[in-house]
Amino acid sequence: MTERSWPAPSRAEQGATAESIDTDAVRPRVQRGILLPSLYAGNARAVMHRGWLVVAKTNWLIVLSGLFEPILYLLAMGIGLGSLVGTVTTSTGAEVPYAAFIAPALLAVAAMNGAVYDSTWNVFFKMNYGKLYQGMLATSLGPLDVALGEIMLALARGLLYAGGFMLVMQAFGLNLSLWALLALPAVVLIAFAFASFGMAITSYMKTFQQMDWINFIMLPMFLFSATFYPLSVYPVAIQWLIQAMPLWHGVELVRGLTTGAVGPHLWWHVLYYVVMVLVGLTFTTRRLRALFLR
Amino acid sequence: MSSDDAMSTPASGAPPADRDVPATERSSPSQSAPPPGALPRRFGSWYVAEHWFRTMRAYLQTMLMTGIGTPLLYLYALGVGLATLVDQNIGAGSADAGAVGAVGYLVFVAPALLCSSAVTTAVDELTYPVIAGFKWNPFFIGMHAAPLQPRQIADGIVIAVSGRLLAQSTLYYLFMLLFGAVPSGLGFLAIVIATLTGLSFGVLVMAYSATIEQDKGQMNYVMRFVVLPMTLFSGTFFPLETLPVGLHWLGWISPLWHGTELARVASYGYQEPLWLTVAHVAYLLVLLAAGVALARRITTRRLTR
Amino acid sequence: MPAPVITAVDLVKKYKDFAAVDGLSFEVAPGESFGLLGPNGAGKSTTMRMVGAVSTRTGGGLGILGLDPNTHGPEIRSQLGVVPQADNLDAELRVRDNLIVYGRYFGLPYSYLRPKADELLAFAQLEDKAKSRVDDLSGGMKRRLTIARALVNNPRIMLLDEPTTGLDPQARHVLWDRLFRLKEQGTTLVLTTHYMDEAEQLCDRLIVVDKGRIMAEGTPASLIREHSSREVLEVRFGSARNAEAAEALKGVGDRIEVLPDRVLVYAHSGEAALARVTELGFEPMTSLVRRSSLEDVFLRLTGRSLID
Repeated sequence: MTERSWPAPSRAEQGATAESIDTDAVRPRVQRGILLPSLYAGNARAVMHRGWLVVAKTNWLIVLSGLFEPILYLLAMGIGLGSLVGTVTTSTGAEVPYAAFIAPALLAVAAMNGAVYDSTWNVFFKMNYGKLYQGMLATSLGPLDVALGEIMLALARGLLYAGGFMLVMQAFGLNLSLWALLALPAVVLIAFAFASFGMAITSYMKTFQQMDWINFIMLPMFLFSATFYPLSVYPVAIQWLIQAMPLWHGVELVRGLTTGAVGPHLWWHVLYYVVMVLVGLTFTTRRLRALFLR
Repeated sequence: MSSDDAMSTPASGAPPADRDVPATERSSPSQSAPPPGALPRRFGSWYVAEHWFRTMRAYLQTMLMTGIGTPLLYLYALGVGLATLVDQNIGAGSADAGAVGAVGYLVFVAPALLCSSAVTTAVDELTYPVIAGFKWNPFFIGMHAAPLQPRQIADGIVIAVSGRLLAQSTLYYLFMLLFGAVPSGLGFLAIVIATLTGLSFGVLVMAYSATIEQDKGQMNYVMRFVVLPMTLFSGTFFPLETLPVGLHWLGWISPLWHGTELARVASYGYQEPLWLTVAHVAYLLVLLAAGVALARRITTRRLTR
Repeated sequence: MPAPVITAVDLVKKYKDFAAVDGLSFEVAPGESFGLLGPNGAGKSTTMRMVGAVSTRTGGGLGILGLDPNTHGPEIRSQLGVVPQADNLDAELRVRDNLIVYGRYFGLPYSYLRPKADELLAFAQLEDKAKSRVDDLSGGMKRRLTIARALVNNPRIMLLDEPTTGLDPQARHVLWDRLFRLKEQGTTLVLTTHYMDEAEQLCDRLIVVDKGRIMAEGTPASLIREHSSREVLEVRFGSARNAEAAEALKGVGDRIEVLPDRVLVYAHSGEAALARVTELGFEPMTSLVRRSSLEDVFLRLTGRSLID
């Protein structure tokens, strides 16, 4: 995979190729040297370019094999478990086959897992063991360039997985509506929110043992966020608790789109993630020095 | 070979007895100490296990969290949450409800979760830590430069991991009791079964880890193409019979399937022919023996070349 | 003469078709300080690993403390102290715990190991680092800790594989001092090095190894006497003219070697040789007279420089 597989450039500047798009979107020109002095050189695309080179030259097979994981889950849970469960009533009252119920949830979970992994473990390793960022930060790159570059890479990877998964859903007839197409941008939004938060949290981590705690937060979210069965099996208090957690909103949003249960209520989920992105990015930016300039 | 034989057959040169004691006041092991090398030759595996346990201590908090959190979360999410859907759909308790329905989904899935958690822990302990011992933090090399033998290094790790699996499975089993997931009085046997299941798969993974000299992400493939499919398709969350007949072999080769079926026999008296029960035990033991033999050989070859 | 603690007879180690060690024979007497000198890839480390009973020989005979390492690994290793080329300290353990845990591999009891660990920390001048992480130590400190660790079982033989490679000059001298003390206490030292000064400082006797074979054997002084002149004159004429000048200087001194950057003139008196060079009408850019070293011995024996 090369940078050419990226969407068309929004504008070509200073000989920049297609990678510049996403970074430009979050880079008002005034920021350089004024709002974020010494943190940002406006060159996150160099970090992304390096990431794509690594993927293209060495571990593209590993990256591609990541596609396999949610598909296996879908086969096992949707088809195997589905024969035990039959049909399920969604939160909007629609009766759908179990596979169609669980597939969008798996998509949202995959978006969360990928984004969290890329922004926590991956950053932690490169920071403490690979010493990769040391080299990057010895150049004109600032910590924000590194952070944005890594986040964008994570999103691109997430988009690739989501696209592959959606094709499999299509083949099994699990996309019940044309709205399903919008699940792709939804997944990117979910991943962005998790990734922007994950990096800030990683900035507090010093040891492997602490990193393990991240898994302890992810596991209950994965199990309880209406992923495998509707929220209605829980007492009301627990339902509220789950609804406050981010993954539930992702599951509901994607499920609404792929099952075609679309309505204004979906905007609430979108809003949740937009707020999460804004708070997460601010948080991460504040923690950049702690994260990269130790 | 006993240590006495070892000491009485000097090949050539100086007799080992005339030890020139250093001039200074350096302390030395007590007077009655056994001949050099005798203790490590006999107890070396236990010294390795001691080291492994000592390293685990740094992760005690994580291990406790995993040990308590995993059963609690999984048993509740699947055994209670998902179970409401399944039991409703198949009409649990009625005569024609099939293998799962006869006992309810909680009882059906609990032994599988127990075994699968043992497998996960065994894989955790026997992949990256083993690669590290050869490469990133090469303490195996140090052990071997000391009197420990490569074979003992492999054995010691297996001993330590058995200990952890036994403790973790016991804890898991207590949670199963708490959830009311164990109707049979012989259910406690599932603790041993889960430990055996985790080990028999774990030693194979360990043997493979010991061959890895350059980390090219091999473990990612093992996780994605072996561990995950095994976890999902071993009659864990749904009976193997639910799969198309052409895919049943997935279960037959999977130690997790054999372990899970065995644990079901123990925990709720799951009906299967006696020969099949014997086959489960035999399969797990054969894998364990083969894995340990392989791990010993690979460790020896890698450390003595 | 006491019986040797190490006896190697036609020792061979082959990896497939490649012979890393190709018929080495030597003996090491108790209390002796014995060196293996040679460039990278000469087979020194492989020899050390066989002597350390962690690598199986493919030919010849080897006896360590009267035992065969192929069958009596644990018995031999329990009487050795090994300092490998690359530090393999346990990064997950603190400094003092590294000593104690390593001692446990020998089956030594805690009651012995606790005071011993403190004693060794003092020996390695690391008392105030007892609770530090290994990763926080400097290169020299790690090396000293590795040596301390190797002493935990009161070894009869210490094996040191390039003990000072990669250390700064000061750290090297601290380390040499510690090794001298061990030597004074009667510990047998076997060490490999590609540093001449180290071999001259530490070794009573040494073998020069190249391509898995012994090129020469003796005390540092006797080797220099046998294979080199008393002094060496080093002259530089600029890299383009060195070869040409060397040709014209033939007959000056006992022997002449041309290196890419300089010409070496071997002579009993370096000053006299330099006078002769100027007499012949050559104006070297720089000139230096020094005593012959093992480096010259090696150059003479193999036609190659020791540190490439």
